[in-house]
Amino acid sequence: MNPINVSPPSAPNDVVTPVGLRSLHWAIAFLQRHALVILAVMLLVAIPLLASTFRIGLYAKYLSFGFCAVGLALCWGYGGILSLGQGIFFGLGSYAMAMFMKLEATNADPAAAVFGPAVPDFMSWNRIESLPWWWEPFNSAWFALPAALLIPTVIAFVLAYANFRKRVGGVYFSIVTLALASIMSILIIGQQGYTGGVNGITNMATFNGMSVQSDTAVWVMYYITAVLLLLAVVTGMFILRSRLGKVLVAIRDSEDRIRFSGYDPALFKGFIFAVAAFFSALGGAMFTLQVGFASPSLAGIVPSIEMVIYAAVGGRLSLVGAVYGALLVGSAKSYFSETFPSFWLYFLGALFILVTMFMPKGLAGLMDQFSGRSDEEKS
Amino acid sequence: MLVNFDRFTFNLETMMSFDIFVMQAFGGVSLFTVLALMALGLAIVFGLMGVINMAHGEIMALGAYTTYLTSLLFQSYLPDFAGFYFPIGVVLAFGVTFLFGLLLERGMIRFLYARPLDTMLSTWGLSLILQQLFRQVFGAIDVNVPTVSWLQGAWHVSDTIQLPLSRIFILFLTLGVAAGLYFFLFRSHWGLRIRAVMQNRTMAGAAGINTANVDAVTFALGCGLAGIAGAALTMLAATGPSTGQQYIVDTFVVVVFGGVQSLLGTFMSAFMIGQMQSMLEYALSGSMAKVLILSLVIVVLYFRPNGLFSIKVRR
Repeated sequence: MNPINVSPPSAPNDVVTPVGLRSLHWAIAFLQRHALVILAVMLLVAIPLLASTFRIGLYAKYLSFGFCAVGLALCWGYGGILSLGQGIFFGLGSYAMAMFMKLEATNADPAAAVFGPAVPDFMSWNRIESLPWWWEPFNSAWFALPAALLIPTVIAFVLAYANFRKRVGGVYFSIVTLALASIMSILIIGQQGYTGGVNGITNMATFNGMSVQSDTAVWVMYYITAVLLLLAVVTGMFILRSRLGKVLVAIRDSEDRIRFSGYDPALFKGFIFAVAAFFSALGGAMFTLQVGFASPSLAGIVPSIEMVIYAAVGGRLSLVGAVYGALLVGSAKSYFSETFPSFWLYFLGALFILVTMFMPKGLAGLMDQFSGRSDEEKS
Repeated sequence: MLVNFDRFTFNLETMMSFDIFVMQAFGGVSLFTVLALMALGLAIVFGLMGVINMAHGEIMALGAYTTYLTSLLFQSYLPDFAGFYFPIGVVLAFGVTFLFGLLLERGMIRFLYARPLDTMLSTWGLSLILQQLFRQVFGAIDVNVPTVSWLQGAWHVSDTIQLPLSRIFILFLTLGVAAGLYFFLFRSHWGLRIRAVMQNRTMAGAAGINTANVDAVTFALGCGLAGIAGAALTMLAATGPSTGQQYIVDTFVVVVFGGVQSLLGTFMSAFMIGQMQSMLEYALSGSMAKVLILSLVIVVLYFRPNGLFSIKVRR
């Protein structure tokens, strides 16, 4: 059923190879065996050593999209669910964080000490005089932070479970997520008074009294993002190695058989979709924390599909690869927008076509081919 | 918002609610024409090959730009025959997008048949490339196509109800295309082959039908229908590089709502969604109407996973 799973026909190990090529095999096999450690060294040591403060801020941004890519590798690569709406959850996490930071910024305004707490600036521009009730709880970090992560997770689980229960699957589910991403951006843009509209929520300089714009803050946040991302990758690997992960892959490959064996596929698929949503929301919250804004342009259809290419470039079956995919595509995007802005869409479009047509397993699949590792050994 | 209504002439003082109803309904019909032409093309491709063509919107834009180029050519080389440019533009739009679809199927889509989700991604990539290409060739600003002289003006049904002739024309164009499609699919040899492959690919192949050719022609036909939709769209709204993206989600929603296997269902669902969009737009706002319709479709899909008009089959 799923052609991704067909293992490569020949293992190059059996063939007599020149010494140079053999050491290349060995090097790649080494890279693969210690992929997680190498990723950790790369994120925590190599990038910080080489990058300037400006660049480290950019890398932290790419890494927050890396959360979405890791989530997509889990739910698309292993669960067979192609979500074209990860931006929804990224956006929810991002906006929840932004609501907290915006209220803090509003209350910290010197005018608030004199005239009492005001509403955020974009609300007063839209003639909304009192804070809507659903904004109130976001005054507290103890509500806002869990909400940023849990609301998207719960929404994702309910949505996915309900749909999979009714066996709305495959392409149809992708279209449902697409429609939801569309709803999300239309709602944000349309309800300008409550969400900041097209401009998003901006001008937020502090989190719990700490500046998020100082040089130190940029470095601290880079490390926090990197550690959280590594934790997300480890969690994903743990899920895949557990029995739950095995059932998940089995569902992807033959859903009916698993159903006949007495499992409820909807529960497993709902779970992995919720995990992916959780990761995306975490990425969204970290993103807003770093850049100090939330924007509808990161919650709609276009960013959601762009996130898929991160996972596809790295290899949809590789959690570590997804992080590299996010870093590579993110860097490419910065490079193009700095030097040839008009070529970025050509590059991105070509990337979508080339990756899906010629390397459906991404960079990780390419490495497998070189080292001759088969699918069974993969973590 | 999908269609700009500024070509309507409203007379606010004398307008009554029935008139508003008729005008909104007619606005919905205009939207229906574009959605139906787009969705029929998408539904055929999806129903036959399981291919999700995310570049369908850009192919429609290609048709619209072809019509625009035709109008420019007539203006500069054949100003005496300017009145004929629109019908010729429609034919050219069909031809160009048909050929483009043929190339696309041969060059890309046919390698991805076993992986429907991957077709979504690669055609999305194509849509990005096409958008940027349009932006660089035709500019970022929307282009307008002049309405030919014999389609200017309106049919005055009553003092307050005026139906623009150009929209009546594209309505008949849509009905004509739909009828043509019906005869092609159900009364011609090609149609017989297409339906045979749709129902049972292996058996059709065993019976001597060249399924690869059928795939190519069907895909190209779907693209050609999008091209006609683009030509029709030039009568309703201006064309810009992101025109395709505005319509693509709606088109998917129409196809999924109607049920992919049923062309009549697609046609009906285009009508329903066009009407809902137009009516709700008046009652609420353009964006809230969109939100409501999309939510409704998700709910319908939940209760009827194969679409509203699907035939019940045991699989």
